[in-house]
Amino acid sequence: MCKGADIGCIGLLLALLAAVPAVARQPAPAASALFPADHGADMRASLPRDPDLLPVFRAFGGRDGLRAVVEDLMANLMADPRTRHYFERVDRERIKDKLVEQFCVILGGPCRYSGDNMREVHRGLHLARADFNALVEDLQKAMDRHDVPFHAQNVLLARLAPMHTMIVGD
Amino acid sequence: MQTVRLLMPVLAAIALLCATSGGAGASTPLRINGSGGKLLLTGGVTEFEGAAGGGLTPWSLIGGYGTRDQIGGNAFRTRLDLPDYRLDADGVMIGLFNRVELSLARQRFDTEEVGQALGLGRGFTLEQRVIGVKLRLFGDAILDQDSWVPQLALGVQHKRNNRKAVLKSIGARKAQGTDLYLSASKLYLAHSLLASVTLRYTRANQAGLLGFGGDRHAHASPQLETSLAWLLSRHLAFGAEYRMKPDNLGIAPENDWYDLFLAWAPDKHVSLTLAWAELGTIVIRDHQRGLYASVQVGF
Repeated sequence: MCKGADIGCIGLLLALLAAVPAVARQPAPAASALFPADHGADMRASLPRDPDLLPVFRAFGGRDGLRAVVEDLMANLMADPRTRHYFERVDRERIKDKLVEQFCVILGGPCRYSGDNMREVHRGLHLARADFNALVEDLQKAMDRHDVPFHAQNVLLARLAPMHTMIVGD
Repeated sequence: MQTVRLLMPVLAAIALLCATSGGAGASTPLRINGSGGKLLLTGGVTEFEGAAGGGLTPWSLIGGYGTRDQIGGNAFRTRLDLPDYRLDADGVMIGLFNRVELSLARQRFDTEEVGQALGLGRGFTLEQRVIGVKLRLFGDAILDQDSWVPQLALGVQHKRNNRKAVLKSIGARKAQGTDLYLSASKLYLAHSLLASVTLRYTRANQAGLLGFGGDRHAHASPQLETSLAWLLSRHLAFGAEYRMKPDNLGIAPENDWYDLFLAWAPDKHVSLTLAWAELGTIVIRDHQRGLYASVQVGF
């Protein structure tokens, strides 16, 4: 787990892990309502929740494709002078695992997110909108590199965008 | 325009300020945390009156790439070639903390042969200067993806035309006027689509190029302007615009405007917009349609 000084870095990434409800063609409910609450539940894979998301999940290459994107995302974050300092001293392997779980959940894949609530983690960190956007840009670069179609990228980003209220600024 | 030229070093100074400022730790009340935080194309391009938006109509986006604790700015140059006229526009804009946008623009409307036909001289040119202020009231067009609420902004464009005598002779009431507009814009990211609706209260004739108010209608009226843009990639957007116009002058009927545009932003410092614009009748010539080209540089 992140130590005190590193909460900023893991917090920034874990911001992406807040559950966004899989409601196609409608604005999703407020992200704060969607925090994964129970860790003791059945960890068995279940069917995708929203059939409309299945083509998007496939466009990402399923869980394996998400894994590849997240590997590149972390490489980009470490290479990016705007974000590097947030991720230098954290357990990047664990973060990547949780990210894959969360993106998979967001895209209606057969996954369950087993990470933590990040609203508390972000409190007092003074993260700026520009920090959030920098991460989005690094994610876009990673998705481009893995030839994820632009419109599929936007479906994921649309579900991640509302998390800015939990991550950014005080 | 002297004022526009004077503003370029101011813009450069602000750019330098943003490049050297930033970082945590400063506790001054107004802290500028650098620039360039917004995602590509999310400041819109610059419409011909100087405001951030599409090509022919303003949107509720605040121009420049500055996020809520940053400053952004840009300069634009636009040219529209019509069969019988030419319109040139240029200007500068500053976006402050994703809350306020200030703009200055100059438009030059060359009547070419029509000027000769009207006895004004070949190439008779009307010049208009526009001072714009836009205030974002609430909402975030880009980030509020979990809500139906658009980004709403209130805008003012004060316009002054330099050909008072000629404008009076064609029936215009005044050579200067102020447009007031309310703009609602939203990016439907999951559908890669941006939509914008602007309600403008104006009595400008041909956006002020032919003065303000006329013999048919003296007073301001509400006009609707809409844009729809489809994101093709991070760097490219394709869209359409429609701008309703008043029709205040008896001798110079006026039509609604339409255009189809393509906006390309290779990075956060340059964008190029090409459009096919349909402006209808202008004074004594119909079917004024042509290629619109605009370049924007900024941060």
